[in-house]
Amino acid sequence: MNLQASPSLRSAGRPRRSMPGFGLSLGYSTVYLSFVVLLPMAALAASAARLDFEGWIKVLSDDRVISALKLSFGSALFAACVNLVFGPVCAYALVHFRFPGRRALDALVDIPFALPTAVAGIALASLYAPSGPMGKAILELFGVQVGYTPLGVTLALIFVGLPFAVRTLQPVLRDLDGEAELAAALLGADRPRIWRRVIIPSLAPAMVTAFALSFARGAGEYGSVIFIAGNFPRLSEIAPLLIIIRLEENNYAGASAIAVVMLLVSLSCLVLINLFQALIRRRLGYA
Amino acid sequence: MRDDLVLSAGDRPDVKQPASGGDGPLLRFFLILITWFFLSIIVLLPLGVVFAEAFARGSSVFLSSLVSRDTLYALGLTLTVTAFVVPANMIFGLSAAWALTKFDFPGKPILLTLIDLPFAVSPVVAGYVLVLVFGPSGWLGPVLSELGVKVLFSTPGIVLATIFVTFPMIARPLIALMESQGCEDEETALSLGAGGLRTFLTVTLPNVRWALLYGGLLCTARSFGEFGAVSVVSGHIRGLTNTMPLHVEALYNDNKVAAAFAVASLLASLAVITLIFKFVLERRLPDGVQGPERLR
Amino acid sequence: MRILLWVIAAATSLAGACSPPSSGRSILNVSYDATREYFEAFNRDFEDEWLRETGERIVVNMSHGGSGKQARAVRDGLEADVTTLALGADLDLIARDAGVLSPDWRAELPAGGVPFFSTIVFVVREGNPKALRDWSDLTQPGVQVVTSNPKTSGGARWAYLAAWAWADAESGGNVNETIERLSALFRNVPVLDAGARGAVTTFAQRAIGDALVTWESEALLIRQEFGDQGFEIVYPSVTIRAEPVAAVARGHADRHGVRDIAEAYASALFSETGQSLASKFGFRPSFPDLADVEDRPRFPPVKMVSVDDPLFGGWDEAQRRHFMEGGSFDRVLGDRR
Repeated sequence: MNLQASPSLRSAGRPRRSMPGFGLSLGYSTVYLSFVVLLPMAALAASAARLDFEGWIKVLSDDRVISALKLSFGSALFAACVNLVFGPVCAYALVHFRFPGRRALDALVDIPFALPTAVAGIALASLYAPSGPMGKAILELFGVQVGYTPLGVTLALIFVGLPFAVRTLQPVLRDLDGEAELAAALLGADRPRIWRRVIIPSLAPAMVTAFALSFARGAGEYGSVIFIAGNFPRLSEIAPLLIIIRLEENNYAGASAIAVVMLLVSLSCLVLINLFQALIRRRLGYA
Repeated sequence: MRDDLVLSAGDRPDVKQPASGGDGPLLRFFLILITWFFLSIIVLLPLGVVFAEAFARGSSVFLSSLVSRDTLYALGLTLTVTAFVVPANMIFGLSAAWALTKFDFPGKPILLTLIDLPFAVSPVVAGYVLVLVFGPSGWLGPVLSELGVKVLFSTPGIVLATIFVTFPMIARPLIALMESQGCEDEETALSLGAGGLRTFLTVTLPNVRWALLYGGLLCTARSFGEFGAVSVVSGHIRGLTNTMPLHVEALYNDNKVAAAFAVASLLASLAVITLIFKFVLERRLPDGVQGPERLR
Repeated sequence: MRILLWVIAAATSLAGACSPPSSGRSILNVSYDATREYFEAFNRDFEDEWLRETGERIVVNMSHGGSGKQARAVRDGLEADVTTLALGADLDLIARDAGVLSPDWRAELPAGGVPFFSTIVFVVREGNPKALRDWSDLTQPGVQVVTSNPKTSGGARWAYLAAWAWADAESGGNVNETIERLSALFRNVPVLDAGARGAVTTFAQRAIGDALVTWESEALLIRQEFGDQGFEIVYPSVTIRAEPVAAVARGHADRHGVRDIAEAYASALFSETGQSLASKFGFRPSFPDLADVEDRPRFPPVKMVSVDDPLFGGWDEAQRRHFMEGGSFDRVLGDRR
C-alpha cells in the first residue's frame, strides 16, 4: 500500500478557497478519524508504554511469542512468494490468452476477497485437514500433512493473497498490450528475451506492490487461518491468535506487546516497499 | 491492506485482446494449465466445498439450520451492523474526499495515511485496541458505563470494529474519483449562485454516485464477512452478539459441520452476488478509481 | 444548510452508539463450555414453563466459553443476568471486581450454588492401545495428552488439581517433586485449547493425542457424538469432585428488570426438571432423588478429592497458589520447555 500521498493529490499550491464547506468537511473527517483510528491506536501505544524494558524482554523472549511471530510473518512471506510466482502466470494467461473457462477463472480471482474469512477458513480446513479429501490425498501421495501444520497456514495465506497478486498485475499487463512486445519481436528479440527485457521489467513495480499487499494482508490474517492451523503453540499458532489468548488470560501487557510488534513490522515493511517502489519507478523512467 | 485495489475488474470488454501469437503453443498450453490448476485448488475447490458440505446431509438439515432462531438472529444482527456501518462510512468518505480534493491544507498526507492505516492493521489488533479503549480499565470504558452505554460485547462495539476495518473502502475510490474530476463543475454551479449544499447535492453527488455505490458495495461485503475484529469485541453470545461469521465458527466448533456450512453457503452466495454487482458497477467507473493499482 | 449536514453527521455517529431495541424480555446466562447441550434443552424447557405459568414469552440467551475467560468477560462488561461457571473462584472474581454478584452468593441457592457436579476422567481411543489407566501413565514419554488451558478453562483447572492430588500423594507432599511430576505430564500436552470444547475438537475431530483429560460430562457426550470411533472412558485412581456453580447476577438482572426471571431460572436448575436433565446430559445431580434412576449406572463411584480438602484449602487459596501469575502452574509450564 502506498503510504505517501497518492500521486493523484499532487495539486499542492493551487488555492481552492473559493469552495465552501472546508471547515465542516475537514472537521468532521478529523473527528471521525480521531475517534475511529487515532484514539484506539493511542490506547495501544499507552498500553504498550506501561511495559518497561525488562517487561518487553520478558514478553518477546518467550519462545511461544517468537514462534508465533515467526510463523505469521514467515508463512506470509512464503505465501507472498508463491503468489509472486503464480500471480503473474495467472494474470498473464487471463489477459493474453483465450481459452475455455477464462472468464469464469477471472471472476474466481476475486472470491478470496469477497468470501468472508471464516467461510474460507472452514472450507479450507475441511478440504485440507488430514481427514479431508485433499488433505488425505496429499498425505498419501506425498507423505506431507497440510492441515494443522505451518503448511496449512501458508495455504490459507496464499488463498487470501491471491487477488492482490493477480489484480495488481492485470492492468499493467493489459497496458503492455503487445505494443512493446510487438516492437521487441519486430526487432528480432526472441521470446525469452522479450520476457526478460520487456515484460518482467514493466511488471516489476506492480510485482513489488503485489508482494507487499499479499504479505501485509497475510501477516495479520486471522479468520481463514485459525481453522486449518490446528493452533499448536510453538508450531502452528499464529500471532493474532496469541494476542487473543493473552487477552483471555487477562495478560494485557503481553497482548499489547505482540500487537505493537505486528503493527510495527507491517507498517515498516510497507513503508520500505513503497520507497523501493518509488526507486524502481524512477529507475525505469516512469514519472 | 488495500482491499479496494483488488476490485479493478479483471475483464473489461472494451480492451482488445492482444495478440498472443508470440508465445509458442506449448508454453501457452502450459501457462493455461497452470492457471487452471492453481486457481482450481486454491479458489474453486474451497468455494465448491462450501456448497457441497452445506447439502451433504440433505436439504432438510440445510433448511432447518438456516431458519433456526440463532441463525436468523445472527443474520438480523449482521444486517443491523451493516446498516450502521455503510451510511456512516459513506458520510465520512464524502466528507474526507471533499476536504482532501477541494482544498489544500497542511497535514494532508497525514490524513491520507490515517485513511490507509487499517490496511496495515491485523483485524485482531483492530478489535483489541477497541477493548483497550472501551474495556473496564480503558480510557472511555468507565465513563461510558457510568452513563449506561455498552460498547464491548454489544452492537456498538461490533459496529465500531467493523467501521475500523472498512472505512477506507468507501473513502478511497471517492477520493480518487473526485480528484480526477476536479472542481470545475462545482465552481460553475457556485458562480451561477447555487449554495454550497445545493452544489454538493445537485452537482457533486450525481458526479460521484457510482463510486459511492461501488465503495458502499465493497463495504457491505466486508461488513457481512468481518470476523477477526468482531470476534474480539463481541463476547460470542448466541442470539445476541453472534454475527453470521461468528455463528459459522460457533456451529463448526460444536461439530455441527453441516449447519455451519449451510450458514456459510448463504454468506458465500452473498459474496458471489456482490461480485456480480461489482462487475456491473466497474463498467461505469473510470479506470483509476477502482484502485490505485495504476502505477504510472 | 450546514446545520442539516451536521445533524446527519451527528445522527449517524449517535446511531452507531445505540443498540437496536429488542422486543420482549430476555435474560443472558453466561456459562462455560461443557454445558452447551444441557442448557439448550433446559432453556427450551424453562421458556415453555415460563410461558405456561405467566403467559409471557421470554428468551434465554447463552454465552459459552472457557470458564475463566467467561468470568473475565463478565467482569469486563458482558452483562450476564445468570452466571453458571465451572468453579467457585470464577464467580468470586466477578463478585470481587464487578459488584454484580453479592460476595456470599454461595448462600443464595441450594447446595452452595452447586446444581450438579462432575469429575475429571480420561478419554482414550478404541481399545486403549497405549494402556493408559492412571495419571502416571500420562507422564510417560511418547504419550500425547490433550487438555485445555487452566488460565482460561475451568475444567482444566479441576483437571490440574486432580493431577496435583495424585502427584502430591506420589511424592509424599514434596512440592518440588510434585511439580516435577506435573511437568512430565504437561510436557506431553502438545496444545492447550482455550476451553474444554476446543480440546474435544482437537482430540476427537482432529484425531490428535492418545488421551483427553476432561469433564466426565464431556466424555459421556463424546462417546455419544462420535459413537463410531469407539472412544473409551478411563477413571483414574484418584480424581476430583468438580463443582460448577450458579448464581444470579443481581446487579445486571435488576438493571435489566429481569430479576424475577433470573431467580426463577437459577432455582429451576435445582428442580426436578433441572436435575433430571443434568443427569441425562452426563452431570451428577446434587439431588439424585430428583433425577431419573435409570441414569445412575452411568456414574460409577470413584475416589474424589475436593478443593476444600486441606491439601488445597478452598478455591481462594488454590487459585492463588496454583493459577495466579507466578503460581505453581507457571512453574510447571516453565519446566515444560
